[in-house]
Amino acid sequence: MDSVAQRLSVVGAGAALELRGVTRLFGALAALTDVTITVRPGERRAVLGSNGAGKTTLFNCITGDFPPSSGTIRFFGEDITQFPPYERIRRGLRRTYQISALFPGLTVQDNVYLACRGVSRSRFSLLRPGQNDALMHATETLVQAVHLAGVKDQRVAELAHGQQRQLEIALALAGAPRFILFDEPAAGLSPTERRELIEILTSLPAHIGYIIIEHDMDVALRVVESVTMMHNGRIFKEGLPREIESDPEVQQLYLGGGHE
Amino acid sequence: MSLLQSTQFRPDPTTPTTRRALIRAWPEFQNPVAWLVALILVIMPLIANGFFLIEIFATTLILGIIALSLMFLAGYGGMVSLMQLTIAGFAGYMVAVFGVSGNANISLGWPWWLATPMALALATLFGTLGGALAVRTEGIYTIMITLAIGAAFYYFTNQNWAIFNGHTGINTVATPHFWGVDWRADIAFYYVTLGVAAICYFAVQYVSRAPFGLALQGVRDNSRRMAALGFNPNAHRIAAYAFAAFIAALGGVLQVWNYRQISPGSVSVGACIDVLIIAVVGGITRPIGPFIGALIFVLLRTFALDVLIKFGLDGNRFRLLIGLGFLAIVFWSSDGVIGLWERWRRRSASSTQRSDGGRHG
Repeated sequence: MDSVAQRLSVVGAGAALELRGVTRLFGALAALTDVTITVRPGERRAVLGSNGAGKTTLFNCITGDFPPSSGTIRFFGEDITQFPPYERIRRGLRRTYQISALFPGLTVQDNVYLACRGVSRSRFSLLRPGQNDALMHATETLVQAVHLAGVKDQRVAELAHGQQRQLEIALALAGAPRFILFDEPAAGLSPTERRELIEILTSLPAHIGYIIIEHDMDVALRVVESVTMMHNGRIFKEGLPREIESDPEVQQLYLGGGHE
Repeated sequence: MSLLQSTQFRPDPTTPTTRRALIRAWPEFQNPVAWLVALILVIMPLIANGFFLIEIFATTLILGIIALSLMFLAGYGGMVSLMQLTIAGFAGYMVAVFGVSGNANISLGWPWWLATPMALALATLFGTLGGALAVRTEGIYTIMITLAIGAAFYYFTNQNWAIFNGHTGINTVATPHFWGVDWRADIAFYYVTLGVAAICYFAVQYVSRAPFGLALQGVRDNSRRMAALGFNPNAHRIAAYAFAAFIAALGGVLQVWNYRQISPGSVSVGACIDVLIIAVVGGITRPIGPFIGALIFVLLRTFALDVLIKFGLDGNRFRLLIGLGFLAIVFWSSDGVIGLWERWRRRSASSTQRSDGGRHG
């Protein structure tokens, strides 16, 4: 944990993300009930829980895709509860989607370019980028970082599943992210692709914190320093990865007791 | 550099980079058919008489410009707006109201170079406000709101006498004369419309691959994801309405110069729907579609009457022909005439390949 403490000292104190009493109702159904979470800047956390535990709804509340029914959300001290999603993104929040939400008719490069544009100024530019466009360079770098340089001119619809998942991550890394929400990034990946994913996640700059929803414990517990367990829309338990892993209640609930 | 070359074609990897970039940016530069069409359009006054020049080609280009504004919204933005003709008509009315016309009690008598920019600005504002209303809805409701705006404007022009001169409209609208040229003379006017149409066509083509157009297509495909990338989808939609309104307004100015009069009949609901038919028949995935649709529409409107009478039918049934053609095209090709053309070309290309393979085998 020394390296973690070291890393966290780089980014300073205060909360990157602070949820207080967040509740989200869908009609009479409470998808989230009174969720309070504090994540420090640069902290990396896994959110675990069975299907329907409210993990993705939690993400949707944080990004504003569905605003919370009650409660407050602060991002680096700023109350963003009422902000539309794009205002949150422009402040350095990012997310990926569980089911890839890409632009299938556009090329890989255009997808990444849009992501770079979205968090820059001049989103309405009528001028095509020239040879020395800074965002084009940022796009190139990002495409290489997620190992997609070989297919950058292909339409996204033609990509393999694993490549689409990597592109999904590239879109979340555009600009200057301060905090990222990864929604099951390893879903459907091969063992090799999982290793690549772990490498991408662990090599992110120290100041970038994230929350990752992941069913694959081998991925989730290797890339985080804290874990939140959710159950039926509530926080069930919080702790270090090894504490959660060995917790009998958690094993009972989530790992079905059959896990070693 | 490869910003949205996604749509159509993959350049030959052996061509040098700069040329490849040029081809990507302007795919029609590589297409001999496009050069041929451009040449024919430029020398048209040598071939065609005044009737063809104005009644067929200038009219086609004007309707094409108005339908192009719908193509931009529908094709790149996924927003079907039925008010594009209304915006054009509004611009036409403004030219008549601010400029010089036979109705001296209404027209303010401004010179054309003041009245025209004023008309363009007001019509763009009108279209932007209409768009700001329409973007709150999606799909069928966008169609309903824009249709409601079109219908409201039609009835308003019918009943308002102070500005729009009621159902008689405004007549003998003056057209520009300068540098010793009467710009409404057949040949001069043909070149004016051709020039404006070409500018609009290339502007739409260019913007579709500029960041704004790319983002608009992103909003069309997945607006929620665009918001999660930092874009404000509705702001982009409204800006698209503004851009389209300006194009429609240009068409409207040309239209009032063409007919030298404007009345509620020019902005009727039927005319609004004609623009939709033109765009859909031509194809809404490419800027060339609306012009092809407009040509088919104008040819049918002009000649179907004679053809029908020749077959002993009522000439007024030309709309029946248009309707049947519309039905057939929507039925066989969701992408209008250009969709049919592309499918035919693909099929003939693959059959050539097959016969080649046979020879080598």
